[in-house]
Amino acid sequence: MSERASVPKEEEAEPETEQEPVTTGAQSVIRALENAGTDYVFGVQGGAIMPVYDALYDSDINHVTMAHEQGASHAADAYGVVTGDPGVCFATSGPGATNLVTGIADANMDSDPVIALTGQVPTEFVGNDAFQETDTVGITQPITKESYFAADSDTVGDNVSEAFALADAGRQGPTLVDLPKDVTQGDTEVEPGAPETPETYDVPEEADDENVQEAAEALAEADRPVILSGGGVIKADASNALREFAKEYEIPVITTMPGIGSFPEDHELSLEWAGMHGTGYANMAISNTDCMLAIGTRFDDRLTGGVDSFAPDAEVIHVDIDPAEISKNVYADYPLIGDARNVLRQLFDAMPRAPDADEWRDQCQTWKDEYPMDYDTPDDEPLKPQCVVEQFSEMTPDDTIVCTGVGQHQMWASQFWEYTEPRTWVSSHGLGTMGYGVPAAIGAKLAAPDQEVVCFDGDGSFLMTVQGLSVAVREQLDITYVVLNNEAVGMVRQWQDGFYEGRRMASEYPWIPQFDKLAEAFGARGFTLESYDNVEETIQEAREYDGPSVIDAHIDPGENVFPMVPSGGDNGQFALNEDHLDMI
Amino acid sequence: MPGPAPDERMRPKGRRNTQGIRVDPEAEVTHEPRQAVLSALVKHRPGVLSEVSALFSRRQFNIESLTVGPTVDDDTARMTILIEEPEPGIDQAKKQLRKLVPVVSVRELEGEAVRRELALVKVSGEKPDDVNAVADMYDGQAVDASTDSVTVEITGSKQKIDAAIEAFKQFDVQEIVRTGAAALERGPKTLEKDV
Repeated sequence: MSERASVPKEEEAEPETEQEPVTTGAQSVIRALENAGTDYVFGVQGGAIMPVYDALYDSDINHVTMAHEQGASHAADAYGVVTGDPGVCFATSGPGATNLVTGIADANMDSDPVIALTGQVPTEFVGNDAFQETDTVGITQPITKESYFAADSDTVGDNVSEAFALADAGRQGPTLVDLPKDVTQGDTEVEPGAPETPETYDVPEEADDENVQEAAEALAEADRPVILSGGGVIKADASNALREFAKEYEIPVITTMPGIGSFPEDHELSLEWAGMHGTGYANMAISNTDCMLAIGTRFDDRLTGGVDSFAPDAEVIHVDIDPAEISKNVYADYPLIGDARNVLRQLFDAMPRAPDADEWRDQCQTWKDEYPMDYDTPDDEPLKPQCVVEQFSEMTPDDTIVCTGVGQHQMWASQFWEYTEPRTWVSSHGLGTMGYGVPAAIGAKLAAPDQEVVCFDGDGSFLMTVQGLSVAVREQLDITYVVLNNEAVGMVRQWQDGFYEGRRMASEYPWIPQFDKLAEAFGARGFTLESYDNVEETIQEAREYDGPSVIDAHIDPGENVFPMVPSGGDNGQFALNEDHLDMI
Repeated sequence: MPGPAPDERMRPKGRRNTQGIRVDPEAEVTHEPRQAVLSALVKHRPGVLSEVSALFSRRQFNIESLTVGPTVDDDTARMTILIEEPEPGIDQAKKQLRKLVPVVSVRELEGEAVRRELALVKVSGEKPDDVNAVADMYDGQAVDASTDSVTVEITGSKQKIDAAIEAFKQFDVQEIVRTGAAALERGPKTLEKDV
């Protein structure tokens, strides 16, 4: 354990002690974070960020030293997803900053609140190709809500306050402040201002009443209505409002992948999630709906397939807090710009009646019966990954948080775990970042120390950020990692088999480490799982171990992810197996 | 019991076009690109030009020209951006632009807005009188002359400058520079004030 381990220090903090006035830019930076309520910072030290770390020495903010800056940005991202407040990450200039980039881009695609603070070479060296210099603002501008270059010790605290507020406001997302060393080292007595968004940044609150009224009429008139609940519903803390609305008006609910958890999957109105590997019933409902209430979704291509065939009979009511998402990919017949929770309340009040949709609900139920999410478990065949996920799901409480990497394991974890609560599904959606899982689980566990945290990973994904295990061990985090090990980059191999005539180029690992032993080398507990005989016991043992554990689950390497809508395809034309792929 | 295979399932009749708009399959509507003049007030600070130009390139908006300069307010600069896009693309460009933090306001200027561009044309100095005569035809004037070259300044609409440059070709054009359009709404209307 490091001396400054990240055990919450609340108990030892004096109640409302008088804060020392700031004397440097770096202290102003830390003060801005304290004022914004920061509990944890994830980061890696380095030359240009040293003054900021030095100021952190005197702060009550907990710092988690990550093994790699990519892990710092993913951990901050997951922390932001689970708490709803911006996660904070630090890195030094040059390679520190560029290593953060993947996590920042990931947060940007998934609208996760993150603030990144990067060291920079002293102002007088900027532009001279100095040691560890890189144009961090230039690199990150396209993947943040805004990147700030701190120009002055007197205003650097304000920069951080504003960046913090901006990351959290409206459609959440990442912001960055680049901190030249002379600016953080420089003297100042200026305390940072309160976190306020820039004056040019408008946050729409409620949708136009007339539009709401028209949308409500259209929904009430519909014969085949569905709700498509996106990640924005969770981000807006609108899950309860959604549940009330859907249950009151008895409208079937489909979620997007980031929207998983916004509606309980065990409810009869739930069709679970739609898209490339979504359920057959969700995709059939998408295809055949005549009115879609889409909330907090950007109609990503993995959800829509080809837009020509996406809900082609549907009038679309699109609720979003970001006007730029309206009609970007799918035309909105009824644009409702505002906060999802507010707009759901407006719609609730505006509905003249429930839609007359008995027949449609029956139809949805028929699809549920026709396309169940099941799988075979023949005793003479290797372990099926679905079984591991499903068993684990059944053994854990509803508020268990599931993190994942990216690939086949991610799809199984989303398909076969039953999600009922918001902020329990923590994954990399838009960017599809392999390696997200290991550090994300660290951020998630620190964000919710009282909730169980499970991370499903693939062997390929796990290897990309496995060094993060050292952090989980050092911080004594009770996380269960399950590597669904098929000795391949399985999703790529699945596509090679489906679309590249089985030419498996660079997708199979002729040799990979023994993950249980690797875990032990890091100081975690390692388990191996090879057959159906001991699935439950192994999971139970790993869960009971108080600290990070890794289950190396050797799964059937032949198992692929279905249903599948091929890229650009028609949602209703999903394949249930390899043979169907040739048909569509 | 697996349900019907893909080709045996019920399928909707409708279709959407590439812009995600529902269309009548019989009479598919396509939006033809048109030119639009976007005028934006932006915070006058380092990096704002690259932020705006990067937005247009990464989102693949077809941009013809972009000019930027100060306004009466020291804190604000004004950008005039000519784009050529189908209607949904123009809307999207406005919305994305509005989303950038340093952008204060954005508006598409109406067709009759005053648009001016400036060009400097350097031609051979062999026939200065003839050059002057052509410059006069386009309300231009010589702004520099030497024994070997004459540089002429022309302002006006894009069409006028295109025509002038065409006319100057007879004098062996050596170099051209054009500013791109600057534009303002006609009448009392401004970016901040609807009248």
